[in-house]
Amino acid sequence: MGDIWDILPGLGDKLAAHVVLSASAIGLAMLIALPMAVWASRSPVVARITLGLASLVQTIPALALLALFFPLLLSLRAVFGEGLPTLGFLPALMALTLYALLPILRNAVTAQANLDPGVLEAADGVGMTKWQKLTLVEAPLSAPFIMAGIRTASVWTIGAATLATTIGQPSLGDPIFAGLQTQNWALVLAGCLASAGLALAADNLLWVIEVGLAKRSRWMTFGGAAVVVMGILAALWAQGAGNDERRIVIASKQFSEQYILAQLIGARLEAAGYAVEYRDGLGSAVVHSAVASSAIDISVDYTGTIWTNYLKRADNPGREAMYETIREWEWQTNGVKVLGRLGFENAYAFAMRSDRAAELGVASLSDLVAVAPRLTVGGDPEFFERPEWIAVRDAYGLRFAGTRNFAPTFMYNALKSGEADVISAYTSDGRIAADKLVVLADPKGALPSYDAMLMLSPRIAGDEGVIAALEPLVGAISVEAMREANLAVDREDTAKMTPKAAAAQLAAKAGL
Amino acid sequence: MTAAPILQFDRVICRFGAITAVGGVTCDIAAGSFVALVGASGSGKSTLLKTVNTLVAPSEGRVLFGGEDVSALNPARLRRRVGYVFQGVGLFPHFPVGENIAIGPRLAGEKLPPERIAQLLALVELEPAMASRMPDELSGGQRQRVGVARALAGGPELLLMDEPFGALDPVTRDALGAKVRELHERLDLTTVMVTHDMAEALLLADRVLVMDGGRLVADETPRALLAGAGGAIAQGLVAVPREQAERLAALEGLGGSRT
Repeated sequence: MGDIWDILPGLGDKLAAHVVLSASAIGLAMLIALPMAVWASRSPVVARITLGLASLVQTIPALALLALFFPLLLSLRAVFGEGLPTLGFLPALMALTLYALLPILRNAVTAQANLDPGVLEAADGVGMTKWQKLTLVEAPLSAPFIMAGIRTASVWTIGAATLATTIGQPSLGDPIFAGLQTQNWALVLAGCLASAGLALAADNLLWVIEVGLAKRSRWMTFGGAAVVVMGILAALWAQGAGNDERRIVIASKQFSEQYILAQLIGARLEAAGYAVEYRDGLGSAVVHSAVASSAIDISVDYTGTIWTNYLKRADNPGREAMYETIREWEWQTNGVKVLGRLGFENAYAFAMRSDRAAELGVASLSDLVAVAPRLTVGGDPEFFERPEWIAVRDAYGLRFAGTRNFAPTFMYNALKSGEADVISAYTSDGRIAADKLVVLADPKGALPSYDAMLMLSPRIAGDEGVIAALEPLVGAISVEAMREANLAVDREDTAKMTPKAAAAQLAAKAGL
Repeated sequence: MTAAPILQFDRVICRFGAITAVGGVTCDIAAGSFVALVGASGSGKSTLLKTVNTLVAPSEGRVLFGGEDVSALNPARLRRRVGYVFQGVGLFPHFPVGENIAIGPRLAGEKLPPERIAQLLALVELEPAMASRMPDELSGGQRQRVGVARALAGGPELLLMDEPFGALDPVTRDALGAKVRELHERLDLTTVMVTHDMAEALLLADRVLVMDGGRLVADETPRALLAGAGGAIAQGLVAVPREQAERLAALEGLGGSRT
């Protein structure tokens, strides 16, 4: 765990992005909440409606709120044109702003409601106009309470901003998500430490301002505010310094193979002289649309995923026909260029511990039908919503005692510990061999094939330099090589590698 | 009382939902007079007072200040011409005493010089050094003195006081009452004071209006009230301090006989 101290200094750009995002969200929330609070203090109906809506937003999990802005912005493109960003800063800002509204609004409304009525009567009695009353009496007397609300909002927002990673906005969530997927706990801790440290620093600075306001100490108020402003300016400057050109953005979904392939692609592009940027840990559903909209330039996707989720097909015409249909469809409908297949499949397959399979006499999905009612099946968080699962379940008539969701890396641990009897494994996963698992045969062919494909966004579809740099990857990666690389990242012993090192090793093995 | 009326209530009615707080009051108040508005809690006296500086708008009728209907005046400007002191004091806790006193002129765009603030503090018998103190460092009596100084800062023609001494101890109350009466004379003010204490009204005012159930039931000089004028309700209120005075006198007489 000593490596935390090596990782932390490298998080500077993530920290800067995190600060800029959080500060923008809180600033925007203040711009919205404070006038709303003034209005609410004049009208109980407005108070009920605004506080009700802000509370409602709070009940939506932050992760879902962030993800919901993607389809919303996508549909808004009909109004604002194709230039409207659907991923990254804009949706993250909108979701976090909504999230920050409640504490600011609630504290401001409560503060106004609790002002001494005698003082308010005096304000009218000495002849203040409504504006003078607001600026000379109500605002200064409410300020410490409003500041307390802003503090709460800041701590929440800085915490929730780590989730912005999943919609392609760089943040301190990047190391957390990457670390969780590759079981690199030092990376997870470094991300958590950095974001917790930032939250504490913001909380303390804002506390100084709050006390300054309450004690009417200009020194504390302006001193605290000056440090906050300097921090935000430094973050803006750091961000501006790095963003001199449009880079090639490479996506990865939330599992190790994706991190390794992203590094492999990135290394080749860098060798060819391109500046690259990684958007790691994106939600699977987000990646496809992001590439189609050029918010992201390169991803690795799988034929079966596109086939069932985007072509909405349930039939299985065979591996080659499926690939050709998808390639044609992507180009015609989305302008996405499928550069080629990498050479291996990462299909869904049902796996069991070999001792358990032997004990139950299960070798194929057909054998599983009889014993399934006594077993628990584990899948990744999206698996039981996916058409593949429904296809298999209905083709064989599988009825399990229970279904449980696990993060992909934890599924194997669950199988080991007996929390799940069967899991939805991936055929390129190194742990199938390492854990001596049995992959159940699929005699009815219910599961489609999952050839890994290189996808290029419309923006770079015609970039010959990119194509030349990536074409050697086509057909170059065998399933054995991929398994080995995946295992190197997923294993928990001393041979554990970072995705970057595993990518380099994979490139060497593939003769690239 | 030959002076022209500075304040006129013309059939003033104030309703709050189903409750009628003021049920039709008509009366003129002459410039330079010190009028006490007396009545039990809920008799409508505070509400009537607040119609003058439009903190309450009458449901019917009008209030004329210097011959002008107050509802036609800019409320902020009107209130700066009318000094207002009330039981809650309502000093702004985030301003030092000096800034509290200077607030009315400041709102009108005038900055009071420190000498003027010291002068106003002197009027209510406070040290000039008080100007830099915060309100929560003062005693209740000091706070109300500042409240009076604030009401006088704009050089008002009319001073409204709503139960100004209600929350003070008897000694402070007596001293401050006498002080206000003295300032009334010295600054040539017209003063309307709401109080539930008939003794205070009789001792300070030169005209006592008695309210009951939202109506004026008596309008007499203190001397006439003590002589038995004003009707049953007014006499009921006068009876309380009179009886207290008689009992005190009797106690004194009793003590004298013992020696």
